Amino acid sequence: MQPAISFVNVSRYFGEVKAVDDISLDIMDGEFFTLLGPSGSGKTTSLRMVAGFERPSKGEIYLHGVNLSQLPPYERAVNTVFQDYALFPHMSVAENISYGLMIRKVPKAERMQRVEEMLALVRLPNLGGRKPSQLSGGQRQRVALARALILRPPVLLLDEPLGALDLKLRQQMQIELKTIQQQVGITFVYVTHDQEEALTMSDRLAVFNQGKIEQVGTPAEIYERPGTAFVAGFVGISNLISGSAAEAIAGSSESFAVRPEKIHLAGDGASVPDGMLSADGRVRQVIYLGMYTRYTVELDLGGELTVVHQNLETTSMDVLAARGKRVRLMWNRLHVRPIGD
Amino acid sequence: MQALRKASLSQRISNFLFLRPRLFLALLLLPPVLWLGVVYLGSMLTLLVQSFFYLDGFTGQVVREFTMRTYGELFTPANLDIISRTAGMAAAVTLAAVLLAFPLAYYTTMHATRRTKAVLYLSVTLPLWSSYLVRVYSWKLILAKEGIISWFFTQTSLSWVLEGLLRLPGVGGPSLSISPIGMFLVFLYVWLPYMVLPIQAALERVPGSLLEASEDLGANALKTFRHITLPLAFPGVVAGSIFTFSLTLGDFIVPTVLGNSSFFIGQAVLSHQGTSGNVPLAAALTTVPMAIMALYLIVARKLGAFEAL
Repeated sequence: MQPAISFVNVSRYFGEVKAVDDISLDIMDGEFFTLLGPSGSGKTTSLRMVAGFERPSKGEIYLHGVNLSQLPPYERAVNTVFQDYALFPHMSVAENISYGLMIRKVPKAERMQRVEEMLALVRLPNLGGRKPSQLSGGQRQRVALARALILRPPVLLLDEPLGALDLKLRQQMQIELKTIQQQVGITFVYVTHDQEEALTMSDRLAVFNQGKIEQVGTPAEIYERPGTAFVAGFVGISNLISGSAAEAIAGSSESFAVRPEKIHLAGDGASVPDGMLSADGRVRQVIYLGMYTRYTVELDLGGELTVVHQNLETTSMDVLAARGKRVRLMWNRLHVRPIGD
Repeated sequence: MQALRKASLSQRISNFLFLRPRLFLALLLLPPVLWLGVVYLGSMLTLLVQSFFYLDGFTGQVVREFTMRTYGELFTPANLDIISRTAGMAAAVTLAAVLLAFPLAYYTTMHATRRTKAVLYLSVTLPLWSSYLVRVYSWKLILAKEGIISWFFTQTSLSWVLEGLLRLPGVGGPSLSISPIGMFLVFLYVWLPYMVLPIQAALERVPGSLLEASEDLGANALKTFRHITLPLAFPGVVAGSIFTFSLTLGDFIVPTVLGNSSFFIGQAVLSHQGTSGNVPLAAALTTVPMAIMALYLIVARKLGAFEAL
């Protein structure tokens, strides 16, 4: 199958800075694909090169086999949802949404009908006459989405569209975006620095770091089998053990990662069952988070491990009393993920 | 308590006013309200009252009786001529100023680096630092028959172009320094900064992402300009045109220095209230630019110029 978007050895330099450094990536048709990474990792620049706001310094980008590199933004069959929404303040909601159709000289009757459809899709019926300034953040976000979707692009680009929303609304919009994507069946390329958001929404994701792609995979692959120390640290809590501590615990000096929810917290000197690895230490910090508790344990061998426990039976009194106590940490060999350097 | 007892006088005044925000605002606003209300609006009102008196032609005295006949005099062919000449010049200057200022402001805000921006900003405002009269008289020399512009046309064997321009009825004259064309150039020069700065301020407030969004939705540069940039910058254009238009309407120095015998409103006002002592007619003439500006603002508002504010 032909990919929807292909990056072929794409680089983008700003002076001396390699914002994007020789990336190659295929994004398939109908995928919800996320570019995940910290700020300055090149994910937004990569998205902007697909939109046409930036040109690659080297390499080519293809949309369904068509080389985009020489096309201006207004001739590319992709549309963008901007981080700040970029709604036109002098136009009503309906005028904003129908802007692309107006530019393409679609007859007014059809324009109005399609605007109504889009307003229904993003669940904002009857708001067409308002000005953007009269809408809430969440509503503006939906208008921006409707405006980009009305042209029925094969690929929709979203640049941290939920960044400005509060947590509750963000979680709600994550589900909604995913639903809308499945409903319209087009490829979404989504940029975010929020790893939880990336895991929630994506079919696949690429983890960016310093202009390069560290790893591409499904959320489960990325989370459970991080390929590099950076991915292990950026997606989820790192818990990286290396050097002599790694050798003493696992019998090999190769660094490894273990996810915090895989670790059992047992009393000092508890017996270690077969197939389990263990490490002793002292609880340095306890953070009670309602649904679960996060412990930071200082290992005797050096280094720290974070352990997360659901508060199934325990109360805040119990968990907070654990601070300063000696504990034995145990986890199944299967959950050890070796990390190449 | 220690702190309170030790409070200095200024500290105590601050505390006193902090607890009485209304009093503080009143004190703050007193000077500008006095200035605007009494000196500014007051004198304008006096002017307006004057315009409803009339000059007795026999005695040469101003008759202090309410009448509309002074306003009637505005509609004599001679005065209509002055008004239309002045308004035409103001409109031409404003239009040309928009055409020159917009690209400059656009480049400055959208493309220039910080350094270039500072240099451009300085070069636009620099002429305002020197005396207006000096600049107008410098232009008189530049535009004179022996001046650099004539010299340039002669050197390039293009004198016939200049002569052709000066022969044009209505705008020509014996030389550029005594012609409506020359006046237009000088007006354009002296008022241009007042057009550049407001447009620049308006464009400064247009986020770059709006232009990207427009391109993203299929609009090329021209359509983006027409549908996004221009409407959003329009309040700046209107603000700038208020300056250039009203400054041209009221000016009497440029027409005096560079004009021929045909009067502009400013000159007419000057001569009516000076030599001929016809203060009522001078006052009535002064209300003409105000009326034109009011009309202009109403039309601009109807066109939606301020909706993006």
